Amino acid sequence: MVLTVLLSCVAVLLGTAVAAVAGAGRRATTPFVYSIALVVSAAALAVAGWALLGSGPADSVRLPIGLPWLGAHFRVDAVSALFLVVINLGSLTASLYGLGYGRHEPTPGRVLPFFPAFLAGMTLVALADDAFTFLLTWEFMSLASWALVMAHHRHADNARAGYIYLLMASFGTLSLLLAFGLLAGTSGDYAFDAIRGAVPSPIVSAAVLTLALLGAGSKAGLVPLHVWLPLAHPAAPSHVSALMSGVMTKVAVYGFVRIAFDLLGPPAWWWGAAVLTLGGITAVLGVLYALMQHDLKRLLAYHTVENIGIIFIGLGLALAFQANDMRSPAALALTAALFHVFNHSVFKSLLFFGSGAVLTATGERDMERLGGLIHRMPLTAFAFLVGSTAISALPPFNGFVSEWLTFQAILVSPNLPQWLLKFLVPAIGALLALSAALAAGCFVKAFGATFLGRPRTDVARQAQETDAFSLTSMFVLAALCLIAGILPGYFIDALGSVTQQLLGAQLPQQTGLQWLTIVPIAESRSSYNGLLLFLVIVAAAWVTAYVIRRWASGALRRAPAWDCGFPDASPMTQYTSASFAQPIRRVFGSVAFHAREQVWMPAPGQTLPARFHVTMRDLVWDAIYAPVETAVSWAADRLNKVQSWTIRAYLTLVFGAVVVLLMVLAVWQ
Amino acid sequence: MAVILDALVQLAQLLLVLALAPLLTGYVRKVKAHLLRRRGPPLVQPYRDLLKLIRKEVVLAESASWVFRVAPYLIFATTLIAAALVPTFATGLVFSSAADLIAIVALLGSARFALALAGLDIGTSFGGIGSSREMMIASLAEPAMLMIVFTLSLLAGSTQLSSVATFMQGSEVGLRVSLAMALVALIMVALAENARIPVDNPATHLDLTMIHEAMILEYSGRHLAVIEAAASLKLLLYLSLIACMFTPWGVATTGQGFAAYAIGLATYLLKLAAGGFLLAVFETVTAKMRVFRVSDFLGAALMLGLLAALLLFVSQSA
Repeated sequence: MVLTVLLSCVAVLLGTAVAAVAGAGRRATTPFVYSIALVVSAAALAVAGWALLGSGPADSVRLPIGLPWLGAHFRVDAVSALFLVVINLGSLTASLYGLGYGRHEPTPGRVLPFFPAFLAGMTLVALADDAFTFLLTWEFMSLASWALVMAHHRHADNARAGYIYLLMASFGTLSLLLAFGLLAGTSGDYAFDAIRGAVPSPIVSAAVLTLALLGAGSKAGLVPLHVWLPLAHPAAPSHVSALMSGVMTKVAVYGFVRIAFDLLGPPAWWWGAAVLTLGGITAVLGVLYALMQHDLKRLLAYHTVENIGIIFIGLGLALAFQANDMRSPAALALTAALFHVFNHSVFKSLLFFGSGAVLTATGERDMERLGGLIHRMPLTAFAFLVGSTAISALPPFNGFVSEWLTFQAILVSPNLPQWLLKFLVPAIGALLALSAALAAGCFVKAFGATFLGRPRTDVARQAQETDAFSLTSMFVLAALCLIAGILPGYFIDALGSVTQQLLGAQLPQQTGLQWLTIVPIAESRSSYNGLLLFLVIVAAAWVTAYVIRRWASGALRRAPAWDCGFPDASPMTQYTSASFAQPIRRVFGSVAFHAREQVWMPAPGQTLPARFHVTMRDLVWDAIYAPVETAVSWAADRLNKVQSWTIRAYLTLVFGAVVVLLMVLAVWQ
Repeated sequence: MAVILDALVQLAQLLLVLALAPLLTGYVRKVKAHLLRRRGPPLVQPYRDLLKLIRKEVVLAESASWVFRVAPYLIFATTLIAAALVPTFATGLVFSSAADLIAIVALLGSARFALALAGLDIGTSFGGIGSSREMMIASLAEPAMLMIVFTLSLLAGSTQLSSVATFMQGSEVGLRVSLAMALVALIMVALAENARIPVDNPATHLDLTMIHEAMILEYSGRHLAVIEAAASLKLLLYLSLIACMFTPWGVATTGQGFAAYAIGLATYLLKLAAGGFLLAVFETVTAKMRVFRVSDFLGAALMLGLLAALLLFVSQSA
């Protein structure tokens, strides 16, 4: 039943994509496409949520399409139900947002057909139950999102972003193809059921894990495979950016979870160490990159890299615990990671919607040209503030709960027997704490430079509040940030069936506890009550405000800012996002980015302005991508000569190649 | 009945920190003045300042938004709740199951987030400089604090502050290297978080090196009063935290009766007096650092915390 509804949803979405091509150029196409996407996502969300909470038996079907001897297998179990909830919640809010935002689209014909196709692709990946279908739908999802990245292709940066995205997506799919090839083994049965049954040798498992990390990691944005993400995500229209950053990266996490926890069999302890290390580095580097940006959407995209790091820290811990047969700590770590998957999809979509609203209102993504928008767009500012607080992992919002759970999992890990893990885990804990603190700094900067202070340009001065559809969609997500933060017990319980399926263990039931406190391990060990904390903070703030109102002077006078007696008339003298990040750039950036500041002062008596110049290098690009780029160009130059060979030389080449291949075959056998 | 009594202890605790916080600030100022052979303002001066401030009118900058006006109350409320969660004269508080040590650190983080936003709200260069430097300091102080929390909770097997404090009172603690490192790191973090010398100077104005004062430069009247009260509360919180962790003598447990509470209260006041005295002496004999030396200072705190946690990770086995 569940599967039928979901597959029908996909069919409707694909039909809508075709209809959007047919209706290109008509004004009514935009509301038509987004309304259908809205209704279909709502239906899929409801069904997936029911499947997750009901935790009935897995529902599977084999359709006679695709490879003739294989067919296409689809299946819904707890894991895919959870990710379907995340995907369709994102789709639902993005479609709602699109109803308003899509009206400003200059070239709707380049967006509308691909939007429902992208949604359908993501849902299909989560439903796929054989390697062939998985790879096909994965590639379909990548191509649909690539088309959306290229929607505004005349922009030179976007063309480059699209090219790099295409390269990285092909690389990722290639890695996954090889991973599934190894998993299927020589028998070549690509159905997930058969793969699950097979027991690969340790070397094959190691290769598959590496390939899965490369394949899913490149889509999710693990450092050093993240380079395409901050280019491609901001290039797309904002509701698509939200989907790519908030949701598509989660599909990549799904791919990794499916392979590492479900298909690959019992883990080895070093998998955990590898995933933890990657996660820790990704978290800190992601947020440091984000701090250096002044483009609002690019900052958000880099923050996705950070959050993917946090999710992989949780996954790595879960693998390490599972390898040592510590079931309940593994369930705790996996719950933390999966809860963060949900939370990040919620607040990242919200923040991208907010940046889209700013983009519509001002036409600017550059924070150095914004400012003071809280006066012109109060509702957007409020929603964006909620999202910023949530992503900075501050109580009482949801981001804090999932990071708190990750910390609790870290605190159980001294019991791990391996020495490497004993040394690694506290260091990863420090990296996680560092990234959380830097994230708060980053969002003070993002919110402060965009919404607070005085407007820096005329466009910021004349901004208008965004439309009702966009606002509704932002406020729904903001409410979810708060609800998941103050009532986390319900969400943790919903994840129980997922960890039960993957690890054979789950956290104790949370919702029956007194006052809705969450207790992941034991009452004496740790507990957290977001609801109580929220109520007490509100009560304390309210009582303080009441007391002040009752007994203090209520007089208030508006006056020019004091600024220590040196008020600056021009809003350009405010702290900008670059100056805000300067201390952090000096402390961390001098190592992480080789950041160098140069000040040029004119000689005394000269009436020239002083100049300040900052140079930063992207070390990951310089160390990995630039050499590859050089090598490819070098090889291409050499091969170029082949083009002008004579026919004799070509024939010699072909003959030589055949001889060599035959010799290899002969030696092999 | 017992529940009501416990709730009363929690409420008493909350009111106690509220009432004591300005006194502590005044006391530290008094000791510092004496060390400089000045007489200094009377002990109750901070109360008078607060009273005077709430009677004054608020002069609000024209570019201020609601963030600027709401932030003081949020900062005060979160700091007060965090302070009420730290055991002063008694452990086993009713409310302590709602938020553990990690949550207390995060609550202070929320207060800082609000304060930094308020600093940026007016759009002046001083506000920006304060917020920007505060977040740089926090980016090192917060992880250092969490590492200290890791160390303490690994020892006690719990992140609940009440359980940790009770564990520290027990006999099985002994002298440990990691505890010593955690104490040093905690003191360094406390100095940075409370904007004390050598990181920041609480008495400075019109100085490019100020951090905390730069953020609250535009505040006046009742808003300033609330923020000043929150700053005093934060200082008290950190001293109470150090006291209940590292000098847990005399602290009562909820339900032990009034005699125990009285002893707890008396020892608590003694500890505060000693802590405040040491702080004043330290501030008097130390010079303020350049802003970009602060990262070395706090980096050392972070490394100490990490080392302390690492030692425990390695020494504990399954």
